Amino acid sequence: MEKIKIDIQELDLFFDKKQVLKNVSLHIPAGKITAIIGPSGCGKSTLLRSLNRMHDLNPQARLSGKIMLDELNILHGNTNVVHLRRRIGMVFQKPNPFPKSIAENVSYGLKINGLHDKKKLAEAVENSLRAAALWDEVKDDLDKSALDLSGGQQQRLCIARAVAVEPEVILMDEPCSALDPISTAKVEELMLELKKKYTLVIVTHNMQQAQRVSDFTAFMYLGELIEVGETRQIFQKPQHDLTKNYVEGHFG
Amino acid sequence: MNQRLFWDKFFEKVFKGTAWVAVLTLVGIFLMLLINSARAFETISFAEFFSGTAWNPAAYGEATYGIGAMLFSTLLVTIGAMLIAVPLGIGAAAFLSEVASPRTRNILKPAIEMLAAVPSVVIGFLGIVLVAPALAKIFDLPHGLNALNGSILLAIMALPTLISVTEDAIHAVPQHYKEASYALGANRWETLLRVTLPSCTSGILVAIMLGLGRALGETMTVLMATGNATAMPNGFFDSVRTITATVAIEMGEVPFGTPHYFSLFACALVLFLITLLVNIAAERVAAGYRRKGQ
Repeated sequence: MEKIKIDIQELDLFFDKKQVLKNVSLHIPAGKITAIIGPSGCGKSTLLRSLNRMHDLNPQARLSGKIMLDELNILHGNTNVVHLRRRIGMVFQKPNPFPKSIAENVSYGLKINGLHDKKKLAEAVENSLRAAALWDEVKDDLDKSALDLSGGQQQRLCIARAVAVEPEVILMDEPCSALDPISTAKVEELMLELKKKYTLVIVTHNMQQAQRVSDFTAFMYLGELIEVGETRQIFQKPQHDLTKNYVEGHFG
Repeated sequence: MNQRLFWDKFFEKVFKGTAWVAVLTLVGIFLMLLINSARAFETISFAEFFSGTAWNPAAYGEATYGIGAMLFSTLLVTIGAMLIAVPLGIGAAAFLSEVASPRTRNILKPAIEMLAAVPSVVIGFLGIVLVAPALAKIFDLPHGLNALNGSILLAIMALPTLISVTEDAIHAVPQHYKEASYALGANRWETLLRVTLPSCTSGILVAIMLGLGRALGETMTVLMATGNATAMPNGFFDSVRTITATVAIEMGEVPFGTPHYFSLFACALVLFLITLLVNIAAERVAAGYRRKGQ
């Protein structure tokens, strides 16, 4: 049996009066890639953002249930959100580098954590950019604005930025939806590389992508988790009719 | 059909005309100031006007026309006002857009905007009855009608513009910058200081320059609260008289067509040029900002 990194238990989430997640229970295995798929509005991004408590920014969001990261109760009021987010990094749908230089983007997370040693920062920047397969493309332009990079490069920079603080889990919210096929291929290759060190959870609209990169797939529909299993099983022998119809492209 | 075409053309011309009225007015004001100022320099030398520090155009003996002291006073009061207003304004704007609950914001924002509607003469009144005695007491001065008083009042007057333009700028920072920062474990304060504010520097600069323009041109408040001494001030605790106050005080009583009369136009021209420069600078920064925003 796999080691469980994140354990979601009976999670409900409301935005004001609207229930967006309904009794979701899901195990995220350590060192694997788990893909969350489902039609638009099914709550997959909402579920992902519950894991690093991004809903804290929305005063209308109410969560109940339990999410455990190893021994840490993520949703508990006493949990230090800042520490939590250092352990669970995030890459967003649209590449969102800061309007700063490439090096500053990568070192941002380390600097707010109190690292100011220039040599160590430079090392971390290089290592992170290498980990994100971006180093060779930008090593001579570290002081240039991150906004001058292409969309694909920007997204890999965002991955480098997330990797720099050495999290345990990386969440990716449709990381390739704004990218062209070549950039997408690079990011997917990178995901397979990253899973050697990190636990990955990706939300994707792209079922081919889920099949290419993920070990496990969870299918959501209208706020409920319909089915979860090994990716091959979900796509080839789905147990549930909804899953079957979705992965075969009848709706979504 | 022809009739519709006629009205279409007609209104095009009318609107074009109204747009040009603004431009013509500006040019007209500038020419009026320039022509009358030129007359002043028939009798007053440039060197005396700009480098002289004694303004005594109504003297019985030798009249002097140096605007140095007034120019310095204007800058002193304005810069003082900015030193007070800028940190307060940015702080308030950041609080409004990033920290305050919607309810608090809905009370504070209109209140701040109302502050802009208070007539300057009322603010000046406030300076005389409230700020002046307070300053005199705190700093142990004979009276509180000085440059600092003017700065405090101008700061109050510049704040609404400063706050609301800065808040717009902060508000325009894309949410995804902030989310990225939070997701890396930054708290609200770190996000504000390291991501949000640096992302809208140019917007804040525009706000500062608009506030500066407001403070430079303000007349009634400084006239009432700064003590109106034409001597060169040594600091914030001296009474001063700004260029605006001088023109306002003397224009009503000066004999028409005298060098004194024309010299007041020259004063106004100097002020006009300073505020014009500030506005052009603000406009340029804003243009760069709009480009980057796309």
